Formats: sequence, C-alpha cells, structure tokens
Amino acid sequence: MKFAIQVNEGPYQHQASDSAYHFTKAALAKGHEIYRVFFYHDGVNNGTRLATPPQDDRNITKRWGELAETHGLDLVLCVAAAQRRGIADRDEAKRHGKDADNVAPGFHISGLGQLVEAAIQSDRLMVFGD
Amino acid sequence: MSKAPPPPPPPPDDFDDDEGPEIVKRFLYVNRRAPYGSIYALEALEVVLIGAAFDQDVSVAFIGDGVYQLKKGQDTAGVEMKNFSPTYRALEMYDVEKLYVERESLVARGLTAEDLIVPVEVLDSDALGAVMEQQDVVLSF
Repeated sequence: MKFAIQVNEGPYQHQASDSAYHFTKAALAKGHEIYRVFFYHDGVNNGTRLATPPQDDRNITKRWGELAETHGLDLVLCVAAAQRRGIADRDEAKRHGKDADNVAPGFHISGLGQLVEAAIQSDRLMVFGD
Repeated sequence: MSKAPPPPPPPPDDFDDDEGPEIVKRFLYVNRRAPYGSIYALEALEVVLIGAAFDQDVSVAFIGDGVYQLKKGQDTAGVEMKNFSPTYRALEMYDVEKLYVERESLVARGLTAEDLIVPVEVLDSDALGAVMEQQDVVLSF
C-alpha cells in the first residue's frame, strides 16, 4: 500500500512525530511505500538542525533524516508554516534576507500543494496530531 | 461585524480546466477547534484554499468548538490577531461549497445556522458520520 504521512505537531512536546516515525518505519519494513512525509503546523519544527536534545534521548530530527536517507523518503516542511516559525533553508533565508538557515539534512521546504498531491497519489493519508 | 475584512486571496488558476485532473478524490477537511487560541483553524483554511487548485471533490465539516470558526461578528481586536473569518465566505469562489456543521455541536453552544457567516448544511452526528464514511481522504484539524 502507498501511504502519505502528515505530521502536525512539533518534536518532544507531543508524541505525534514519534508515532509517525514508528508507523513509517513499520510500514517500510512490511514492504509498503511511503509516498511523502509532510510536516505541517508546529510539525515543521521537526526539521531544524539546530535542535540539541539530551544525549540519552532520541534525536527525532536526526532519525527522520537517517530514515529518509536509507529509504529515499521525501520529507517536506510546509513553506507557509515554516516561514511563520523561523524554519528556513538556504534559499528561503536568502529570499527573506535572513542571516542563517536551519533545515536539517534529509528535509526540504515546499508548498501545501505537496500535501494535497500526496493525498491524491496515495492509497491512504495518515494524519498524526492532536 | 468587526474590523474591515482582509481581502480574500485570489482564486486558483484554472490551469487544469482543459484536461481535467487525472484523479478526483473525495476530500473532507474536519475543523474541530476554535478559530483563535491555536493556529489549527487558520492553517486548515490555508490547506483548503491551496487544495482547491487540485480540482478535487471537497467538503468541509465543522464539529465541536470548530463551529465557532463560522460564528458571525468575530472581533479579534482585543487579542491582536487577524480576523480571518471573512475568508470562509470566499470558499464559494473556490468551488468549495459543501460545508457541513454538526447539529449537536451547534446546540451545545447555543448556536443555530442563523449565527453563521456562510450557508451550511446542518447534519446530526450520525449523518455527518455517514458523510465521513464516504470520503477518500480525511484531514483533521
């Protein structure tokens, strides 16, 4: 089956990103396809490379990036949500005259259309949030 | 009504009109939260507006505190947030015309369809459940 994943909450504050990660990993292990993981609302905060969780805790951003690298996942941070919350890749930072960018490896910024398109192209959209 | 409404964003391009979309799915956006207090309602509306460009079969449901999103006379001056409620009136321009409101949620809050800024179809919980059952994609906010 082909899944699209939507993550609506930030890391650590809420379990949504953890649950989405475990679901994604389990689905891949069972041979399913993950069409895209789309981070919306505070979910875009999963994609900052500046997060430094305690060393004895899981690193949510890093493990999403690693999963993406291993399986060629498409991890998309919503551009509108990211702009509001100070999440920017190099292009976005330049466009808005910011002095830094902070998107983690494996993630990229794109539009809300990517969420709708993923829902159209997938068999199921799984929404993880509050 | 409150302050001058913000201008609605431009309607979607009709770039697909010649060929039509390859796949048409039934999309239901479920709004469960009050318009202010969290950003879910505003960002849900942004998805609906962007999604309209994809020419899908779209419905929007309002349940629980989500019915307050459509309440007439919202005045956000005190909380210094943008009153985005006029944008719901623009949904029709985007061919988003199926708006459902759960009757029980209205009644529990002392509201009727007359209190809402757009025409809606008021459904009781069972009927709304049946609408949900018919969908291909349900996005919950």
